[in-house]
Amino acid sequence: MARERAKTSVIGGRHRKGDSVLKATGQALYADDIQLPRMLHAKILRSPHPHARIRGIDFSAALAHPGVVAVLEGRELPTRYGIIPWTEDEQALAEDKARYVGDEVAAVAAVDELTADEALALIRVDYEPLPALLSVDEAAARPDVKIHEGAKHGNVSKRVDLAFGDVEGELARSAVVVDERFYYEGSTHAPIEPHCALAQVDGDGNLTVWSSTQIPHYLHRALAKVLGLPEKKIRVIQPFLGGAFGGKSDPFALEFCVAKLALKTGRPVKILYTREEVFYAHRGRHPMRMRYRVGTDPDGRLTAVDAKIDIDGGAYSSFGLVTAYYAGQLLTGPYRFPTYHFDSTRFFTNKPCCGPKRGHGSVQPRFAFEVALDMAAEKLGLDPIEIRRRNFIGEDVTTVNGQRIGSNGFLACLDAVERASGWKERYAQLPPGKGLGVAGSMYISGTAYPIYPNEMPQTGVQVKLDRSGRVTVFSGASDIGQGSNSVPAWILAEELGCAPEDVVAVVSDTDLTPVDLGAYSSRVTFMLGLACIEAGRRLRAQLDAAVAEAWKIPAANVEAALGTYREVGSARTLSFVEAVRLAEAKFGTLGATGSYRTQKLGGDYRGGTIGASPAYSFTAHVAEVDVDRETGIITVGKLWIAHDCGRALNPCLVEGQMEGSAYMGYAEALFEAQEYDHRGLHRGPSLLDYRIPTTLDTPDMKSLIVESIEPGGPYGAKEAGEGPLHPSIPAISNAVWRACGIRLTELPFTPARVLRLLREKEARERKLAATA
Amino acid sequence: MARPKRQIVALTVNGEAIEIAVRPHETLLEALRYGLRLTGSKQGCDKGDCGACTVRLDGVPVLSCITLAVEAAGRSVTTLEGLSHGPTLDPVQAAFDACGALQCGFCQSGMMLSARALLDHNPKPSLREIKEALSGNLCRCTGYTKILEAVQVAAGLCQPGEGPVDELHRG
Repeated sequence: MARERAKTSVIGGRHRKGDSVLKATGQALYADDIQLPRMLHAKILRSPHPHARIRGIDFSAALAHPGVVAVLEGRELPTRYGIIPWTEDEQALAEDKARYVGDEVAAVAAVDELTADEALALIRVDYEPLPALLSVDEAAARPDVKIHEGAKHGNVSKRVDLAFGDVEGELARSAVVVDERFYYEGSTHAPIEPHCALAQVDGDGNLTVWSSTQIPHYLHRALAKVLGLPEKKIRVIQPFLGGAFGGKSDPFALEFCVAKLALKTGRPVKILYTREEVFYAHRGRHPMRMRYRVGTDPDGRLTAVDAKIDIDGGAYSSFGLVTAYYAGQLLTGPYRFPTYHFDSTRFFTNKPCCGPKRGHGSVQPRFAFEVALDMAAEKLGLDPIEIRRRNFIGEDVTTVNGQRIGSNGFLACLDAVERASGWKERYAQLPPGKGLGVAGSMYISGTAYPIYPNEMPQTGVQVKLDRSGRVTVFSGASDIGQGSNSVPAWILAEELGCAPEDVVAVVSDTDLTPVDLGAYSSRVTFMLGLACIEAGRRLRAQLDAAVAEAWKIPAANVEAALGTYREVGSARTLSFVEAVRLAEAKFGTLGATGSYRTQKLGGDYRGGTIGASPAYSFTAHVAEVDVDRETGIITVGKLWIAHDCGRALNPCLVEGQMEGSAYMGYAEALFEAQEYDHRGLHRGPSLLDYRIPTTLDTPDMKSLIVESIEPGGPYGAKEAGEGPLHPSIPAISNAVWRACGIRLTELPFTPARVLRLLREKEARERKLAATA
Repeated sequence: MARPKRQIVALTVNGEAIEIAVRPHETLLEALRYGLRLTGSKQGCDKGDCGACTVRLDGVPVLSCITLAVEAAGRSVTTLEGLSHGPTLDPVQAAFDACGALQCGFCQSGMMLSARALLDHNPKPSLREIKEALSGNLCRCTGYTKILEAVQVAAGLCQPGEGPVDELHRG
C-alpha cells in the first residue's frame, strides 16, 4: 500500500517523456530498423482457403529458386501454443489443416524479400477444401464440421453462464423492462507499425529474438516451448514499438518462423508483415450479437440485468476464454446491479482470430447496456445523466459478481461532462438534427489473473545507483507508446529526490530486465509504479541514513527533491550526487529491487477471479452530434471525456490516453469494420479501405481528468489507457437518438444504416398518422 | 529471376550530395531505409495510404513508399534525420516532444515533415489548415489532439497544454 505524500515534486507534473527526443529525431530504433550482417528475409505462405486439409507441400521448385536458403513447414514446429495455457490450439505453421484465409502454412528464407516472395509462388500445397463456417450461426448449426477436433462441444470455444440473484423474478416485478438486441461488428487495432521480428543465433546456440511484441515474457515462454530450448538460452528484446492496442499481445507465427529459420541456417532472419498480413493476423475486437433485458423500479433504479451474448471468435482461441468472461464480468459497475445473469458463448469460425483490442471484451456489452439504460430513462421520462447518478454503485463496495471497488470518481465524471457540455442548458434546447448523449463505463487496472498460475511477482524493477549520480532502472515493462519507459523516472525522481533526467531506463530485454507480464489489461503503470515506489523507498532509506550520519541528525529530518537534499528547518543542503556518494561509502555498492505481487481478489466461484482487479477506473462521456437527414451522415462535433484515473501521475500522458481511447471508440462507432466476404476474404485489408479517421474526420475532444485517489495505487493512480474508449460508442448512439429519434443498435453507424432507420421511422409515423 | 541492373542516382539527402545505386523498381523509402540506413522514415503500409513514409522532395512532402528512387535524381530529399539543425531540434520536433504528441512515435516522422512543410509556406496556419495539411498522415495513438496542439506551439500560436486552439471559437 503506497503511503501518501503531502506534497510531490515530480508526480503530477507535465514532464516530457525520457525517450521522446529519440522518437522526434528518428534515433529510436523499431524492429524493422534493425539490420544485421548476413541477414536473410523470410516470407510466410498463407492459405487461400477458409478451411482446408493440407495433404502435402512440395517445396522442390521453391528450393531450386536462386537465392532461397531455407524453407519451413508445420511439422518442424509441431508443439502447440496459445497465450492461455488451457487453450493451446495454435501451431506456428498449420500442419494438418488451415482454418482461415491467411492461416500460415509454410515459410521461405532468402537473400532478400523479393526473392522470398517469388519463392512463395513456387510452393505447391495440396489442399482439400472443407466446409467453411463463416458466422456464429453456421458454427452452431454444423457441430459435425469441427474447426478444432479438440473442442468439447462442436465449435464452441468457451461458454460462460453465471447468475447472481433471482433475475427472472426481479424482471417480472420491474416497473420498466427494456428488451433489446444489439450487434457489434468486429474491428482491428491497425497500429501504424506492421508486425516485425528478427532472430539471430550465436556460436553457442543462444538465440536472440527482437520482436514488435507487447508481451516479451509470454513470447519468451512460448518460444522456449515451441523450439524445445531452455528459456535461459533465449533472449527476447522488444525494441521501440510502433503501436499495439492489444494487437501484439499474442505470440505470432513470424516470431517462431524467424527463430526456427535462424536456427536452421545459422544466419539472422527477419520477417516484416505487409499491411495486408497485419489485417489477417488480426486478434482484434470480437463481433458480438447481444440481447439485453434491463429492468428498473419506478424511480429508474436497476433491478435486474440479463444478457445473452454470441461471440464470433475466429479460427483460434487466443485470449478467447477471457473474452467470454469479460463480456459479462466487467459490466457490474459503475452502477449497482441487484441481480445479474449473463450467458456468453464464443464460437470458432473460419475467419482470422479475434483477441484483445483496447477495452478487451467489455466495449461491446458496454455499448449495448448504456443504450439500454438510455431507453429505460426514456420510458421513465428521466434525464439520461440523472438515471446514471441514481444507479451509482458507490465507493468501497463489492459488486454483485464479487469484484471489490475502491475509489470511485464516477459522479465527479458525470458532473464534469454535464458542466463542460452545457448539458443542463442545451440538452432539451438543441434544434432537430442535433443532440447530446451520455454514457458511462468502468474498467480494470490490471488483473489478479497472471495468465499462467504462479506465485511470482507480476512485475519487478532493479535500480542501480552510483557515485556518478546516474540512476539506472531495469524494467521489463513494454512501452507501446503509453510511456512506461518514463514512468519509472518520474517515480524514482520523486522517491530519491533527484531530477527525472538523472534516471535512465533499460527496458524490455529478457537478458537484462526483470520479468514483467506485458502491456495488457491496463496493468503497467499501476503495477510497475508500485514496484518502483518499493525500490525507490529502499534506496531512499539508505540515502537518508548516510546523509543523517554525515550531518549528525535524525534520518527523519532529511528531505529531498529535484536534486537537493536538505535538513528540515535549516539552510543546510547537499546535492543528490553528494548524497549518493555518502551512501555508497557507508553501504557499499548501491542497488534495490521492487516488485508487485498478485493479490488474491475476486468472487468465490469458478471464474470469479477473471475481471477481478486491484482497482477500477471510471469514465463518462458526452457526445454532441449533428445528423444529416438527407445523407445519413453523423457528424460528431465534440466529445467531452471525463475519466477517473485515481491520480494523474503525468496529466499530459493521461490526456493522451483519454484522447487516443475516445478517438478509437469514435472510429469503431462510425467507420471501422473488420468484415469478410462469403469466401472468408477480408473486404478491404488496407489503410485506405479499412477507414481509420484522419485529422479531418476526428472530432474535437476535451479531456477532463478526475482524481479519486485510489488507496492501493501508486500515489493513488489507476488506469487511463482503455477505460475512456468505452463510452464513445453508446454516447454517440444516445446522442443520435436525441437528434433524430432513431436507436442505433448495430455498429458501425454508417450513413446507409442511419438512412434505413430514418425511413423506417418515417413510415411508422405515417402509419400512425393515417390510423389517427 | 533476372533482375534489372542497378543505376547510379545522384541526389542530395539532408544537404549532402551523394550517389546511390538502385534498381529501377526500388522505392525512395527502400533506398533511404535499407540502402542509406536513414530509418527515421517509416513504412506503415507500403502503398501510399498512411503517410508514415513522408519525406520532402525539393521541399514538397511526398510519400516515399510510392516514389521511385530514380525519380529523386538531381533533387533534394529531406528526411526526419535532416529536420534538426545540427544538435538543435527544429521547433516542430521540440513542440511534438513538449506537447506529448509522441506516443509510439511511429507515424511522427511523416507527421513532423508534413508540419514543417506547412509552416514553411504558411507560418501562422488556422486549425483547419493544419488539419488539412496533416490529413494524409494517419496516427493511431493520439486522436490527433496533441499533434494539432504541437503544430500550433511550433507556430507560436499557443503554449504546451493550452491547445489546440480553434480561432473560430476564441473568446
